Amino acid sequence: MPENTVAAPAAVPVPPPPEAPVRVHKRKRHKHNLAGYGFIAPWLIGVFGFTLIPMVYSLYLSLTKFSLLAAPQWTGFDNYVNLLHDQRYLQAVKVTLIYVLTSVPLKLALALLVAVALNRGLAALGFYRSVFYLPSLLGASVAVSVMWRQIFSQQGLLNEFLSWFGIRGADWIGDPRYALWTLVLLSGWQFGTPMLIFLAGLKQLPQELYEAAALDGAGRFRVFFTITLPLLSPMVFFNLVLETINAFQTFTPAFVVSSGTGGPIDSTLLYTLYLYLKGFGSLQMGYASAMAWVLFLVIGAFTAVYFWSARRWVNYAE
Amino acid sequence: MTTPALPRRRARFHWRAHVVLLLTLIVMIYPLVWLVGASFKPENLIFTTVNPLPFQFTVANYLSGWTATGTSFSVYLANSATVSICVVVGNLVSCSMAAYAFARLDFALRRVWFALMLGTLMLPFQATLIPQYTIFYQLNWINTFLPLVVPYLLAYDAFFIFLMVQFIRGIPRELDEAAALDGAGQLRVFLTITVPLLRPALITTGVLTFIWTFNDFLRQLVYLSDNSRYTVPLGLNSFIDKASGSSYGGMLAMSVVTLVPTVAVFLISQRRLVDGVANTGIK
Repeated sequence: MPENTVAAPAAVPVPPPPEAPVRVHKRKRHKHNLAGYGFIAPWLIGVFGFTLIPMVYSLYLSLTKFSLLAAPQWTGFDNYVNLLHDQRYLQAVKVTLIYVLTSVPLKLALALLVAVALNRGLAALGFYRSVFYLPSLLGASVAVSVMWRQIFSQQGLLNEFLSWFGIRGADWIGDPRYALWTLVLLSGWQFGTPMLIFLAGLKQLPQELYEAAALDGAGRFRVFFTITLPLLSPMVFFNLVLETINAFQTFTPAFVVSSGTGGPIDSTLLYTLYLYLKGFGSLQMGYASAMAWVLFLVIGAFTAVYFWSARRWVNYAE
Repeated sequence: MTTPALPRRRARFHWRAHVVLLLTLIVMIYPLVWLVGASFKPENLIFTTVNPLPFQFTVANYLSGWTATGTSFSVYLANSATVSICVVVGNLVSCSMAAYAFARLDFALRRVWFALMLGTLMLPFQATLIPQYTIFYQLNWINTFLPLVVPYLLAYDAFFIFLMVQFIRGIPRELDEAAALDGAGQLRVFLTITVPLLRPALITTGVLTFIWTFNDFLRQLVYLSDNSRYTVPLGLNSFIDKASGSSYGGMLAMSVVTLVPTVAVFLISQRRLVDGVANTGIK
């Protein structure tokens, strides 16, 4: 009964196998050509109009100088070369990598910890689940970013609290050493979605293994690392892919917390924020398109590495 | 089969688990409670206390905040509601149609299109932001709601197609086939059999779409430039620019206002939503 197959986007790309592979050699007749295309028509128009054609157009724009007001001027690979010499761009890359590589593990670790703690047949499970989930629904809003500013500012909530113990807190938002970490914390605060997915996975784990382990006298940590974590690895994988893609695209908190500048001294200049400033602030749309393509390729590379490494650590049951 | 030792250990763990979880929960929710409390405090008392409860209760912040940007917050709320509701309807109709076709119908190139759909799931939306903007610019759609709505009438958000395909695959085919034997066409089968059974997934889709659209910032920031067209996140943002330092009370009050619709929708749908999201990770 335990089915731990993950529904990670590309983990199940194959629809239930029909009769034969669709190699159009001898024309195969499909039963629902008309209805099928009727039903996917909106999506098909959308995917060409809003995704495929724009992607190609974006690739073209990335090879031009384009300010929206005049026609694009062909510049070849200049934009891409310039990226490498743009100190602010390199700073944005650095900030973003730090952000992704710290916020994703933090978020998943919290999600897993809380999920395991909740998975004990606790009373009021429904209440806990809902309340822990709520921040991940609110987290992307401007209002929560505003709230975050008030918590971590010089006269904010946190410093007020620290002053009870005689500690003089720093200006967390205004100090380039700390500003990015407030964003990482904000991301960690939103661990609800992966937590729900872990919790659903935990419920499906076979109880017999745990009973056997208890009889063998295995401690809680050993049980966690030798049974729970390996069995849960498909969910870890799914969440890792999803949250990494999301983290690369973070914009709102960086924009609001830094008042749209990425400051102090570019310490919160996340990639998407810099892309916005270039594309829509100074109308360097060719340059911003090149940035978008690099981001696309980097996310693709991360995802590819995850899928490649999955064979080594993801346990697809039986 | 259980040894006598097991239940006792569990009982002890429960007690500690509750304490730890409750503490975590309080730390997490505290800022939100504080925000709500602070919005009802007089301006000069907001930052002087960690206590979330307003000892001097006032709604002055709400009154001053509501119109502080020059445009009433009612306008922002109405704009956000318009955009969000259109996107919800668009997503429900177009994504469920595509999902039905992918899960149930046999048509040429289905696998190719399905793989393409999965591929778009991993596409960062920034990758298409600039070309889309230039296209909408040429169509003269900037500063209208069209760029925010039209893509979603055409199943732009593949995540929900994926979610519904997974769900439809779990519905027994026999029902479809019985209806087909009775001479029902695909549209009839879809409307009378699949859609009613798809309700849980439709609710998840509707609620998440509403919340995500309502709180979406970057798109709205890029496409809307006129104050009277502003949505709630933009209204709040212009507030930050204007208020910068002078009127924290009003800003906090309006932050609370913008969170209310999300929290309300969440409270109404929480059971369904939580189950729906949990199942996105499992086939």
